[in-house]
Amino acid sequence: MATIWTYAELDSGALAPISLELLACARSMGEVTSIALGPGAGEAAASLGRHGAGRVLLSEDGVYAEYLAEPATDALAALVEKEKPDVLLFGFTPDSREVAGRLAARLGVGLISNALSVELSGDEVRAKVPYFGGAQVATFRANRRPAIILVRPKSYEAEEVGGEAGREPVEVTIGEGSTRARIIETKVEAGEQIKLEDAPVVVSGGRGLGGPENFHLVEELAEALGGASGASRAIVDAGWVPYAMQVGQTGKTVRPGVYIAAGISGAMQHTVGMKSSKLIISINKDAEAPIHKISDLGVVGDALTILPKLTAAVRARTGK
Amino acid sequence: MKIVVTVKQVPDPNGQHRLDADDTIARDGEVVLDPGDECGIEVGLQLKEAHGGEVVLVSMGPERSREAIRRGLSMGADRGLLITSDELSGADALLTATALATAIQPEEPDLVISATESYDGSTGMVPPMLAELLGVPQLTFATKVEVDGETVTVHRQTEGGYQVVEAHGPSLVTVTAGIAEPRYASLKGIMAARSKEVKVLSFEDLGLDSSEPVETVESIEPAEEREAGEVIEDDGNSAVERIMETLQAARVI
Ligand SMILES: Cc1cc2nc3c(=O)[nH]c(=O)nc-3n(C[C@H](O)[C@H](O)[C@H](O)COP(=O)(O)OP(=O)(O)OC[C@H]3O[C@@H](n4cnc5c(N)ncnc54)[C@H](O)[C@@H]3O)c2cc1C
Ligand SMILES: Nc1ncnc2c1ncn2[C@@H]1O[C@H](COP(=O)(O)O)[C@@H](O)[C@H]1O
Repeated sequence: MATIWTYAELDSGALAPISLELLACARSMGEVTSIALGPGAGEAAASLGRHGAGRVLLSEDGVYAEYLAEPATDALAALVEKEKPDVLLFGFTPDSREVAGRLAARLGVGLISNALSVELSGDEVRAKVPYFGGAQVATFRANRRPAIILVRPKSYEAEEVGGEAGREPVEVTIGEGSTRARIIETKVEAGEQIKLEDAPVVVSGGRGLGGPENFHLVEELAEALGGASGASRAIVDAGWVPYAMQVGQTGKTVRPGVYIAAGISGAMQHTVGMKSSKLIISINKDAEAPIHKISDLGVVGDALTILPKLTAAVRARTGK
Repeated sequence: MKIVVTVKQVPDPNGQHRLDADDTIARDGEVVLDPGDECGIEVGLQLKEAHGGEVVLVSMGPERSREAIRRGLSMGADRGLLITSDELSGADALLTATALATAIQPEEPDLVISATESYDGSTGMVPPMLAELLGVPQLTFATKVEVDGETVTVHRQTEGGYQVVEAHGPSLVTVTAGIAEPRYASLKGIMAARSKEVKVLSFEDLGLDSSEPVETVESIEPAEEREAGEVIEDDGNSAVERIMETLQAARVI
């Protein structure tokens, strides 16, 4: 049976959602071992077990949380060397991709990033990856072992299957040469809003809003609908809203019940992060805007006049 | 300080693109210096202005990538290295990083600057691989970079804010698009760029072998598309009504 490893990402001691999604992907392929490194790994192990990891290799060592990428790379390289897994899955997230990149270069095996799905048949490992901005899907075959594959968040749904993982400590000495990029301080800027990825409704705004002074129209509608607000990269790059709100290829992937896009053109790099939403409503004054072609209801009109009226109507209906 | 900036030529983000018959992204359309790398060059130039030294641009790509380097030289960079080979189309991230590392190593830079991800490949895997192959730490997603003697400090953008991350000695930094507004090349800069050196290196020069790809593209198919729904014109009131009906049908309100 193939041995499949997953890298469990810990974010300030808590398991990142992608780590459980990876198990849904891994479970169908073989025997699953998760690697959890850093404070919180012990607690994470229980959850990893319930989601399908048969075994968790873990270390609570603070070094993994204090320095970027290199300590985790050292640990994984030593473990891979010893046990030679067939497949090693990472989340395609900012933190995991740095570890995966270093590891793939150190082992000389390369990797496949941004995978939508992974498949094992016989001893061949394949992954499907968005190509040419998402208009196409390419199938890649990994030629070396371990096959390192980075899976896009929200490509698999995390699922509890019951079970308890066996735990084994990771005993790797992290050399001084790997404690170099040190995290001195962590600053939190994001407000109280519901997490974008978990929100039942997402209202996103783009450059069509005209300026940062109009973004409150998006926030107010999101709040009235009990959802979260998001943004296109154009307005994140322009500094209107923080990066945490960006939806798309280089931002978050969301899958809410309803996604409302206001003043967003619908570039492929944006839609790849939201097109799996159950219902999509777009407001864009250009009838030819690509966003209208993927939405269930496309409204050709001015977001600046429609948003406040819509918010008022929602408030009137819900009595809030 | 010696600063190396990696730069890539990409299809113009504002242009129309198509795929070649072999399903690689056509490189004969409009191409430009990657806008992310322009930010990298800007950061490099600002550091040079503050601390003195030299900014060297390194690119791997077809011969015409010289144009991307030339553009960076017009902005004020000092010289360029172009790694070029006939076998490059479809080079994977590991091969790219290996070629860049081999060309950069002899330069012994104090700092290497890359963009967090490129506009066409856009998976951001080259920089961490490059950092590993150069044996330096990586300071990533920088929205701010400061150098003080041997110490490099960045603000690293995170989901909920940022981290302050620091390293001593040679490092690789990846910069976000928001970090700095790239300067325009002045006429004087464009003139000066003509006489700046661009050294061309082949795979043979670097002793590289590209015969064994780490992954193989087996097939390319159109992505599944969502079916288009209804598109309506707002006449003042109908739009809000229709959206309300849709939200109600979806049981959101
Ligand atoms: C490598 C790479 C990664 C990227 N990653 C992302 C990503 O993660 N997320 C992302 O979003 N983008 C991403 N992009 C950028 C993407 O290609 C687009 O440039 C971006 O999504 C455009 O943002 P926008 O729709 O807000 O702006 P624009 O494309 O400028 O669209 C504005 C729209 O607003 C409409 N409009 C104008 N006025 C009004 C009005 N009063 N009322 C209603 N509509 C109006 C216009 O008709 C237009 O369609 C990426 C690009 C690259 C190359
Ligand atoms: N062929 C290349 N030549 C020079 N730099 C590159 C090349 N490919 C990637 N890079 C650098 O790595 C960054 C991220 O690219 P990528 O990993 O392809 O998303 C780019 O913005 C460049 O700075």
